[in-house]
Amino acid sequence: MIWRIESARLIAGLARVVGDIGTAEELAQDALVAALEQWPTSGVPERPGAWLMGTAKHRAIDLIRRRQTLDRKHQEIGRDVERAQEGLDRDTSIDEDVGDDLLGLIFMACHPVLSKDARVALTLRVLGGLTTEEIARGFLVAVSTIAQRIVRAKRTLAEAHVRFEVPSGPERMARLASVLEVIYLIFNEGYSATAGEDWVRPALCEEALRLGRILAELAPNEPEVHGLLALMELHASRLRARVGLSGEPVLLLEQDRSRWDRLLIRRGLAALDRAERLGDAMGPYTLQAAIAACHARAATAAETDWPRITALYDAVSQLAPSPVVELNRAVAVGMTFGPAAGLDLVDALVAEPSLKGYHLLPAVRGDLLRKLGRSEEARAEFERAASLTQNARERELLQRRAAECAAEGMAG
Amino acid sequence: MRVLILAKEGDQSAGTTPPTPEAMAEFQKYNEELVKAGVVIGDGRLYPSSQGKRVRFDGKKRTVIDGPFAETKELVGGYWLWQVRSIDEAVEWLKRAPFDGNTFEIRQIVEMDGM
Repeated sequence: MIWRIESARLIAGLARVVGDIGTAEELAQDALVAALEQWPTSGVPERPGAWLMGTAKHRAIDLIRRRQTLDRKHQEIGRDVERAQEGLDRDTSIDEDVGDDLLGLIFMACHPVLSKDARVALTLRVLGGLTTEEIARGFLVAVSTIAQRIVRAKRTLAEAHVRFEVPSGPERMARLASVLEVIYLIFNEGYSATAGEDWVRPALCEEALRLGRILAELAPNEPEVHGLLALMELHASRLRARVGLSGEPVLLLEQDRSRWDRLLIRRGLAALDRAERLGDAMGPYTLQAAIAACHARAATAAETDWPRITALYDAVSQLAPSPVVELNRAVAVGMTFGPAAGLDLVDALVAEPSLKGYHLLPAVRGDLLRKLGRSEEARAEFERAASLTQNARERELLQRRAAECAAEGMAG
Repeated sequence: MRVLILAKEGDQSAGTTPPTPEAMAEFQKYNEELVKAGVVIGDGRLYPSSQGKRVRFDGKKRTVIDGPFAETKELVGGYWLWQVRSIDEAVEWLKRAPFDGNTFEIRQIVEMDGM
């Protein structure tokens, strides 16, 4: 438990000194082992975090000195030692501010030089304090795959000479986008699991939310940080209403809204408010949070402000156009202007190569066709959607829809 | 998981001395650390039990009882709502609090099954 609480700060402080995540993590683990050996007899120090940091930094200095005797330019090494010593003095003195170190670590773990998968695994490992096993379980992949991903990620960072820094200026926006993307990926994998037996995996959502909350404290002036946090809080508020008694998915408009988490809604709306007040124009995450807020504010599904949602989707598709956004916009248009208008938009997407194999395209199309009374076509679409999804729970739901359409077709 | 931290500080109305500014500052520092670590998702302080009410249910009968309440040691003076990965993590965080005297209780909140 000490690890879970202290690891991110430890690794961050050490990474600043030694410059690479791999070494920082090893030093942090060594310090923890030392603590587990010593604390049972010596007693837990008053400030465990400072003790661990002090121990690890001493080792870091030893390590740098050892490297000095091995090779490399002396001048550079001298600076390293100085920097480490300075860090040590600062951190073992009182009340260190580790904020910038943590931010630096987040930017490093989410560096665009890494693949998305690598960024996700490394972030959960060094910032979330998750074990390789926990990450593997979260993403339903083999432990060895995650272990390899992390090793390779650290090597890539070292080879690319990625510096430990908090970027500023124009670079900051691009790097921040990469960080937000990683956190949102983790959240989404938990929110609508792309594969496996369970429809949702709340533990991943919780990790992403925690990272988002930490980031909002570290970078309080970035509107999109609050926008993403708002989006995640609002989506998470519906988690328990999204799953039926036997684990089946319950879609948004059919959810029992009394089961929505009022606390998370309140937190989400507050974060959205901060994002809106900080930014001149709403960024893509803030816009999506604003859409989620429309649902959160509606006491019943019938009270949903669809015209506003449509307008917000229009804005998203201008700012960050993508076929998936377009599909969502089609749903909103269908609710605002009727199913025929929605279907027109969906039909324009059918030929879209990136949506080939995306189960929600036929699912949305089926839904609109069904509303237009075209049951037989709707049934075929739901069956197609069912054959495309990798998620067992979602497949059952889509098959049930198809069966309902077949029954409607017979009745009609 | 979510846990509720109940501060069993006894009854504040029973003439307890208010905390010193130093103790307040130390507590604020601790609370800030929790917030920055993404642990705190809600919190609140309660007024003394002298301003509280109880409603007792017995069949169809409802009895309203005015505060203050007698069992002073068990009275809750405040609460936190924390998001943690395990009860052990909550214990580890709570042990670091700058409190002296009183008991703090950690209770897990029932949610749908996690991973």
